[in-house]
Amino acid sequence: MDLKLLTVASTRSAIEERQTTAAALVEQFYVKIAAEDKQINAYLTLCRERALAQAARIDELAGKGDPLPPLAGVPIAIKDVMVTRGVRTTAGSKILENYIPPYDCTAVERLEQAGAIILGKVNCDEFAMGSSNENSAYGPVRNPHDTSRVPGGSSGGAAASVAAGTSVAALGSDTGGSIRQPASFCGVVGLMPTYGRVSRYGLIAFASSLDHIGPLTRSVKDAALLLQQIAGQDPRDATSAAVPVPNYLDEMQRPVAGTRVGIPAEYFGEGLDSEVRALVEKSIDLLRGAGCEIVPISLPHTKYAIPTYYVVATAEASANLARFDGVRYGFRSSQSATLAQMYRHSRDEGFGAEVKRRIMLGTYALSAGYYDAYYVKAQQVRTLLARDFEQAFAQVDVVLTPTAPTPAFKLGEKSDDPLAMYLADIYTVTADLAGIPGISVPCGVSQSGLPVGAQILGKHFDEAGIMRVAQALEHALANQ
Amino acid sequence: MDITEKDVAYVADLASLELTADERSRMVKDLGAIIHYISRLNELDTSGVPPLAQIAMLNPLPAAQPERGEASTLREDQALPSLDRETVLQNAPQQAKGFFKVPRVISTGE
Repeated sequence: MDLKLLTVASTRSAIEERQTTAAALVEQFYVKIAAEDKQINAYLTLCRERALAQAARIDELAGKGDPLPPLAGVPIAIKDVMVTRGVRTTAGSKILENYIPPYDCTAVERLEQAGAIILGKVNCDEFAMGSSNENSAYGPVRNPHDTSRVPGGSSGGAAASVAAGTSVAALGSDTGGSIRQPASFCGVVGLMPTYGRVSRYGLIAFASSLDHIGPLTRSVKDAALLLQQIAGQDPRDATSAAVPVPNYLDEMQRPVAGTRVGIPAEYFGEGLDSEVRALVEKSIDLLRGAGCEIVPISLPHTKYAIPTYYVVATAEASANLARFDGVRYGFRSSQSATLAQMYRHSRDEGFGAEVKRRIMLGTYALSAGYYDAYYVKAQQVRTLLARDFEQAFAQVDVVLTPTAPTPAFKLGEKSDDPLAMYLADIYTVTADLAGIPGISVPCGVSQSGLPVGAQILGKHFDEAGIMRVAQALEHALANQ
Repeated sequence: MDITEKDVAYVADLASLELTADERSRMVKDLGAIIHYISRLNELDTSGVPPLAQIAMLNPLPAAQPERGEASTLREDQALPSLDRETVLQNAPQQAKGFFKVPRVISTGE
């Protein structure tokens, strides 16, 4: 069995038809991880005992011929910003090096209830702050397509594990592009659902009004199968929405012909790599061929998205990360005589450079005298960005753009220039700010063999709509 | 607007960070560049535009009252079991007698 080719559905049916057992499959994955992951550095912690216990439950059902749950036996990697009971959760930070959470993230719990097997926790930028996975305290992740290049970030380990075949699917989180951009760099599908569609309970908070959990998978259908299980209201997250969850696969069956696909001029301007442009333009042609109506549109405030994001996200981060003070959990510096010193020294020694930079920026933006000039101003521009999409969706059903301006860049290429790194998210932050869903789907490879992703954005709670178009593109690319 | 050493020291203090001398000078440069970039927001006239703090306010369901800052759903206010004390303390760097233990709070001024 080629682990790299398994999908969610094929894994489940292989177990259902007794071609393999869940336990044997888990062992195969751990063998592959042991052999190949040193080079990629995707996994930070394996949870063998938990995985084998879950596999035994699935095999018992399969042995009795009982009906299997929807994700039975599917081996999944979890980005290390989602807490897992009894399994170390670091958020990619030294400050949580020895943190063993006493509870499970709702999304993880729901996957396990649906029969999925959690293989382990995967690497990411510290507290999900980064676009290259170089900000992890546990070393960078390398792109399986070219190990001299980054996998993208911050869900770099999640994307790399799916691409390398050391998991069948993964859960990531997206605050400014952290699911979709690494999906694009690693040649996998990455779905960011609507804000409120998936509970954030148990997701270590970066920016609470922007954080989303979503799947990274090998196909659009797999993304739909995972979303089906993790979506829906959760009493433990007051911002999770009481909007009914449709049957995604049924909804995706509806014909794509006649769908109006908006192409925003602002996403095809200066800074877009010519090979990425050509591949995304080819995707547009393929969708036109599938019967979609291609409509040029404008999202006029796009160029203000990155500055808006870096005020809103860092302001929220500075508040969220105040909890890391060395008192209740996490790293405590031993160099302190007083409580105030202990806070400072624990944070100084526990946080990495980018996290400190963002805490400083956010604290500055919220400080007396600057609150209105930066924080309120950015929130107002956020309204304008949300209105851009509102107006666009009066004309079109979905919007299609490149996911990232370039294919995967080299390790070290941008790590000394925070602003250049921030611009890697230029096409993805807008959806986080507007709270709309987005999906990155592989749309080809560059001449040097690097994957490129196309991004499809949709209306609030229309995950089915963007997945339908993404799947049509996936099929058209496979059949061309 | 330029960021000075003094600004960095003030903000670090608010953020409960100390930062080394190297980190501080790097922060002057980095924050300066980022804030310069962010200042392009001032090109936009936003008078009369309401600030958007929470997406849930864009999608209010019938029961929600966004003008009161309510998210789309509220659950019943009922007490449910929570983690027990021992579990809560298991990650504490230091504990004593069922409490989190920390260095002394007030300096004795010696």
